[in-house]
Order: sequence, then structure tokens, then C-alpha cells
Amino acid sequence: MSVDTATVKKVASLARIALDEDQAARLVPELNNILGWIEQLGEVDTSAVQPMTAVIPNHLRLRDDVVTDGGIREAVLANAPQGEHGFFTVPKVIE
Amino acid sequence: MSQLTDLGVAELRDGVRSGVFSAVEVADAFITRVSQAKALNAFLVETPDHALAAAKEADTARAAGEALKPLAGVPIGMKDLFCTRGVQTTAASHMLEGFIPQYESTVSGKLWEAGAGMLGKLNLDQFAMGSSNETSYFGDVVSPWRRADGGNAPLAPGGSSGGSSAAIAARLCPGATGTDTGGSIRQPAAFTGISGIKPTYGRCSRWGVVAFASSLDQAGPMARDVRDCAILLENMAGFDAKDATSLQLDVPRWEHGLDASLAGKRIGIPREYRVDNMPSEIEALWQQGIDWVKDAGAEIVEVSLPHTKYALPAYYIIAPAEASSNLARYDGVRYGLRDLPEGANLQEMYAATRADGFGDEVKRRIFIGTYVLSAGFYDAYYTQAQKVRTLIAQDFERAWESCDLLLTPTAPSAAFALGEKQADPLAMYLNDVFTVPASLAGLPAMSVPGGLDKAGLPLGLQIIGKPLDEQGVLNAGLAIEQRAGFVARPEQWW
Repeated sequence: MSVDTATVKKVASLARIALDEDQAARLVPELNNILGWIEQLGEVDTSAVQPMTAVIPNHLRLRDDVVTDGGIREAVLANAPQGEHGFFTVPKVIE
Repeated sequence: MSQLTDLGVAELRDGVRSGVFSAVEVADAFITRVSQAKALNAFLVETPDHALAAAKEADTARAAGEALKPLAGVPIGMKDLFCTRGVQTTAASHMLEGFIPQYESTVSGKLWEAGAGMLGKLNLDQFAMGSSNETSYFGDVVSPWRRADGGNAPLAPGGSSGGSSAAIAARLCPGATGTDTGGSIRQPAAFTGISGIKPTYGRCSRWGVVAFASSLDQAGPMARDVRDCAILLENMAGFDAKDATSLQLDVPRWEHGLDASLAGKRIGIPREYRVDNMPSEIEALWQQGIDWVKDAGAEIVEVSLPHTKYALPAYYIIAPAEASSNLARYDGVRYGLRDLPEGANLQEMYAATRADGFGDEVKRRIFIGTYVLSAGFYDAYYTQAQKVRTLIAQDFERAWESCDLLLTPTAPSAAFALGEKQADPLAMYLNDVFTVPASLAGLPAMSVPGGLDKAGLPLGLQIIGKPLDEQGVLNAGLAIEQRAGFVARPEQWW
């Protein structure tokens, strides 16, 4: 499978990364080179193989359903690019 | 005072304990040396106050006759992927420039609790994505090593833990933290003539470490010798309820367990690692390594890991897929960079922020990851890669039926020049050919220096062990270290 400029732009939009025409065009051969190389995985017969889910056997732990953290609003907001009245602020999302 | 910076972790710890020198003298010596090494660009932030505070605490405790902590008097470098409370943590990205964590990563917190002090935050490939430390937003790290050909071509210190490897090789710190997703501890260690171990996946908590590919990321120590790695690892590993993949196991006393005799050990030589175009010097070093472990009492066994050639392509699907998901958190809302063009809506803000905040390699991997996870391609790429990963893990399990450890070269070449592989991402990816399989299987693996090539550059040997057998890996590393007698160090030009 190979990608074209339209696919690259679609992927960039899914990834929420702005891309202009030139950048998208430049990425086409670059990504195709990498995708062409990883394509070789297709030749491995995996019909009887389960996909890996955990490299080291480990069971998921349960913990008590109690609050263990909180009351740190200042710390949570300390690195916000913009915060007001104890909230993160973003551009208006509702007209 | 300058000779204090020639000492390793164990020597500094023991010297402070016995009062040969004070912890403050040690800290001062390293702080000065760090401040004089700007040309290497290894440190992104210097934290002399942190190192001095830990040193004073060690000296005060000693004066009061108290028992010293395990790392009292030892100043270290911290890869800038570990969140450190109150100290900028960037992952070498523009995205996190100015980010001041309000909490401490579990691993760094353990090291401070053990008495270590921090000399500063170490440069790395941006978000740990790279094999040469050329993707950092804050500039390349320059290896302290130079080719003996009289040319002064600046060399790559390896990556992604390139600040760590350069700083240790240049004696700016006796040890440092690294993280390894596909070889990011082992390959830079090999390039700079130092040692480094990636423990079994789950030994070190990932909590507070900026995430790249969560099923692969694992922290580990880098230092000048095997003993120092064992000491640091003991103080980094351990169960952490805050990491769902943390292993609930006691931390072995690896330093105490060090034993360079390999009598009764079977060491496997995987035939698929004899790749095409392997430089003869790497081939020769590998043979030398085989002779060394034989001399230490090991039996050599040829083994086959038939799916080795598929490890890299599988890795370059799985790691970008996980990265594209992990890095979705950088949205310009909660922390990090925000780029809000005039009149932009929320979606446009996300796209502008991420276009501005991520470097080319990071974007490349996010695009690959987004593509392979997208509707219609998921099974062909991601599921297939995870199935191949199972086959790779099974290859290792089969090998363990006939051997206890594996011995391979760490990297297919010595350090290359900065800029040499930048233009071709694929050529750069291929540098991880020997390190990636153990990462995919979650196995402990370490690199130790074996010798120098004709150009006078270090070459490393890799030991891979069974799950949780860090002790076996360290012991084989020690056996090689004792026989290699590697004492070469870069001449100071900076």
C-alpha cells in the first residue's frame, strides 16, 4: 500500500497536525519509503498466532475504590498555557 | 580536585563513606566540570543546588555518625524525559519547553531518596525518538569521542539517551538515567565506551516518565562499569502501584550478587545476527567476546532466532502506533505550548500547536502511527506487527531451552558523524537492528564496551537475558569487562 498527498493530508488531519501543500508533498515519498519497508511483515504467516498483549506475564491488580488524590487544583493548572478562574480556557467552541 | 571526576559510582560512594573526601568536594568537582563542557551540549539544565543539597545532607549525616544512604555522595545526571519536581522537563521538545512538573517521577524520586544528587537534566532525542541525538529541539549532543584520523568531524553520541552517554564518557557525571524503547540505553552506551542496562520490562516504574511507546519504554542506568550499573539499577527498580505494568517483585541485591565466573552458563550466539554488510571489526569483536565468555567458563551454543529480520519493521509499526496515541495529549490546553493563530477555533489551535511543537521525526512517527492505526489498515499493519512480536518472543523462549544468555554486538557500526544519516530515516532506523528484538520481548539486555575500532572509536557487546535475569546479564557483562580491560577515554578537546 502506498500513500498519496490526499492520504497524507487526511492522516495529518486525524493527527491534528497542520500541514501545508509543500510539506504534504514532501512527506509522500518519505512515508512511502518507510511503509514499503514495513510491508515485508506481510510475508510472515501468522494465521495461527495470537497478537502480543503483554511481554512479561503480569496480572492486572485491583485496588480499593477510594479517592487517593485530589485537592491540587493549583498544581494541575500550574503549567496551563491559559487558565482563568480555576479552569483551563480554550477558544469558544459553541456559537 | 580534577581526579574526583574520574571516579565511578562505587568509588565515590565508598570514598564519602570512609571519609577520604567529602560529598561536597565531589559535588563541587562535578559541578565545575559540567559548567566547562557546554560544547558537548549534554545538559539542558544544570542544577548545582540540587547536587549540593544532597551532598551537604550526606556530609551532615556522616558527621553525626549516621548510616549513609546507598547513594550518598553520588551526583548523577537525569535524562530530561523524567519529570523532576520544580525543574524544567522538556523531553528535548519545543512542545514542553518551560514545562515545570509539579511532581517527581518514581524512578528519579527513588534515586533522590537513596541520597543521590542531581547535576542537571540531560539532552536526548526529542521525545526519545532517534538514534543519534540529532532530533533534540535544543541542538545535537556532540560525542566527546573523535576519530583518530586527525579530522574533527563531530560524532553522534547515539540516541536517544545521547546526553547521558556523552556526559558519562566525558566524566561530567559518574552515572545517569537512560530510557530504552528500542535500544536507547544500549546503543548510546556502545557509541561512547560506557555500560548501560535495560532491565526486564516492568522492573522500573514508568510513572512520571514522558511516554513514547508504553509497551516498550523501560528506564535503566548508564555508567562507566557494570558494578556502577548494578548499584544504580538497585536504586531505580521496584514495584510502583502507580504504574499498571510495574512488576510486584522484590529488588534483588544485584551488586552483592556480582560474580564474573560463567562456569555452567550456556551462552547462545544467534546466527541471524550475522547481518549482511556487517563491518569486519564488529564481526571480530563479537568473536573476541565469544572467546572472553568461554574463558570465563561459559559453554557456547549456536542458536536460531528465525524472526529476527522482522523485528525492526514490527517495531517501526508498534512504537509509532503507541507514540501517536501517547502524544495525543499535547493539545495546547493543559500544559506545554499553545499556538493560537488569530481567529482560530479549537481544532485549528490543536493543529497549529502540534505543527509548531513537534519536530520532523516526531511528526513522521505520529503520521506513521496514525496511518497504521486508521480504519481499514489496523489489521494489516498493527495486528500483524503484534502477531510477529509474539513470534519474536517465542523465538527467544525456544532459545532459552538451549542457553541461559545471548551474546551479540550492540550496534552494527561504531558512532557515525552527526549529519551522516540525517537525510535517510530508514538508514537511521536500521541502527537499532540488534537492540530492538530484546525490547519487543521485554527482556533485560545490557551493552558493555569491548574495544576500539581502527578509527579509535568504542564498540559494544550486548548480553540479552531471560526475563528477570538481570543478575545473569550483569555477571556476563562483568566477565567481559574484566577481560576487555577497556580503559580508553576521549581526549578532552571541549
